[in-house]
Amino acid sequence: MSAQGFLELRGIASRYGTNQVLSDIDLSIEKGEFVALLGSSGCGKTTLLRLIAGFMAPSAGDVSVSSRDVTRLAPDKRGMALVFQSYALWPHMTVSQNIAYGLKLRGVPRAEIAARVSAMQQLLGLDGLGDRKPAALSGGQRQRVALGRALAIDPEILLLDEPLSNLDARIRLTVRHELRALQKRLGITAIHVTHDREEAMVMADRIVILDKGRIAQQGTPEEVYNRPASAFVAAFMGAENLLHLSGRTEGDDFVLAAGAANDECRVPLGARLLASGEVDARFRPEAARLFAAGDAIGAAGGAVFSGQVLSVSYPGGHWRHVVRLGDTEIMADADRAFQPGDAVNVHVPAHALFLFNAPASGPATPISRAEPAKVTA
Amino acid sequence: MTLSLPSAPAAGTPMTTGKTARLSERLTDRLAVLWWVPRGIIFGLMAFFIFGPLFNMLLWTVAEKWYFPHTLPLQYGFSSWEKVFAPRGGALDSLANSLLVAVLTVIVSLLLAIPSGYALARLKLPARSLILLAFLIPQAFPNLTVYVNVARIFYEIGLNGTVPGVVLVHVSHGLVYAVWIATAAFSAIDGELEQAARNIGAGALRAFRDITLPLAAPGLIASAIFVFLESLDEFTGSYFVGAPDVNMLPLLLYTAGAGGNYQVASITALLLLIPSLLFMMIVERFLKADVLSRVGH
Repeated sequence: MSAQGFLELRGIASRYGTNQVLSDIDLSIEKGEFVALLGSSGCGKTTLLRLIAGFMAPSAGDVSVSSRDVTRLAPDKRGMALVFQSYALWPHMTVSQNIAYGLKLRGVPRAEIAARVSAMQQLLGLDGLGDRKPAALSGGQRQRVALGRALAIDPEILLLDEPLSNLDARIRLTVRHELRALQKRLGITAIHVTHDREEAMVMADRIVILDKGRIAQQGTPEEVYNRPASAFVAAFMGAENLLHLSGRTEGDDFVLAAGAANDECRVPLGARLLASGEVDARFRPEAARLFAAGDAIGAAGGAVFSGQVLSVSYPGGHWRHVVRLGDTEIMADADRAFQPGDAVNVHVPAHALFLFNAPASGPATPISRAEPAKVTA
Repeated sequence: MTLSLPSAPAAGTPMTTGKTARLSERLTDRLAVLWWVPRGIIFGLMAFFIFGPLFNMLLWTVAEKWYFPHTLPLQYGFSSWEKVFAPRGGALDSLANSLLVAVLTVIVSLLLAIPSGYALARLKLPARSLILLAFLIPQAFPNLTVYVNVARIFYEIGLNGTVPGVVLVHVSHGLVYAVWIATAAFSAIDGELEQAARNIGAGALRAFRDITLPLAAPGLIASAIFVFLESLDEFTGSYFVGAPDVNMLPLLLYTAGAGGNYQVASITALLLLIPSLLFMMIVERFLKADVLSRVGH
């Protein structure tokens, strides 16, 4: 009981009819931490958030805040504030009334309410909009009103249900940083549900990746990005190139057997838990490097695959090539364009090549294809 | 700096084609005018069928003398009005009774319809549509049979000939509108709005009072007006349960009409018509399309 987090989830399971939405969720969140619950749609992340907020009861497990069990507590008794994806602003109240409502419920004196509402409006850049109804606001303004309404009550825990998903791409980028800065300044514990990997990466202290109602991995953005614990996480974090290979462990190395597109090569095992046999190799397009077939490969280590360029495009910053390796197609980036038909070697450094023992049956877990990651130099 | 001339007709050929085009244009213009003839007749007939009887009724209210074959009254005057509103005419009593019963019916119906409509809209009840249909039952059988039996039962328990008895009958009749419209009004409100209130500290009742009720108010007002009018118009139940102790306006209309006193009948009908017109205007203002579309769902 000593190393207990501020918000503690133990053995949470949730079932909807015969459909198991969540199972075995154990999560411990520190005070002031910003945690992102990341997963594709239907992974149970919103269910988990509503469960924490108290809109539904888990079928097993318990939720506690500062060692106090709140599993069966009504939502209004939890001291949490949820920013809904739809914002759920009250259309019959003005912006000020929306923000003031939580304070009014707490019996705060009227003068103080007015002061805090105007401070909140100032903080969120809603000055002069106090008398408007939500219908007369833009998407970004509504989002800020929803946030203001949640923050006005000084919640211990701020829950965010994809609050940025209804915003324009450009506004979304600035709001990300504003939200993160605000959370840090106010020292609020925040749980942010999103399906946007980049959003989770830039905002969160810790990312919890959910897959089919289970925690697939949790860690800092850097950890889940560079050391994915499973093929699912690797794929979700943008390592969408998939090669089916085989190999064996030899001491501290894993030896990839020669295949249709590659010679035998060695990769240090490092922290990887791998058994000899079939493996799925995953890597990011931006982690691979392309060389013309005859050129020497400067960097040592890693795996080299030979193939042929099928097409090339310029998404910005680098050239993206579709390369055929044996009977699979992968994507790889390069600083210069190779022409379709060129024979090339694809070099993937050992640290960027994610290897997982292939699942006994069937192809790897299908994942929704997120937009290709933007390259950060 | 050269300015292009305003587009003048160019060379020969376009001119001639322009002429024929203008000719056919004029022809179609004339045909379009002709089109107004059938339209005018149809509109005229519709107006006659809608406003004819109304106008006839209005004339009757001020007619002192009017008999066949005269198209218009022979003598105008307000003596019928005096008769109707004379203390012994019974109209004021009936009007008061009708209004009292209608108001009480609205109150009772809403008190029942708000919780049940909320439950039907929000809770996932297994037999939801069956329950909604059940409110139709009072209308599913011939009114006469139902109300004769209601009257018999009310006699036994001493409710016959009392205002509460008539109110009960009207409530059973109006509840289907009240509950259906209230259900639609509550379903039209996003449940997250209430959750948002719960989330920042409002108890269930408080959230209902501050968020859901005000948002459902237009629909509830509409249902109240509907029930009010249904009650005002209701005849069979009022007759069997109310008369002769509690006399209502439609009853007065019936006796006047049956006795050939068209003046009194028309004035009574006018009294009943005014609330309907007000109703139309208020519903038009309050009831939003998204509420109406959810009625019965």
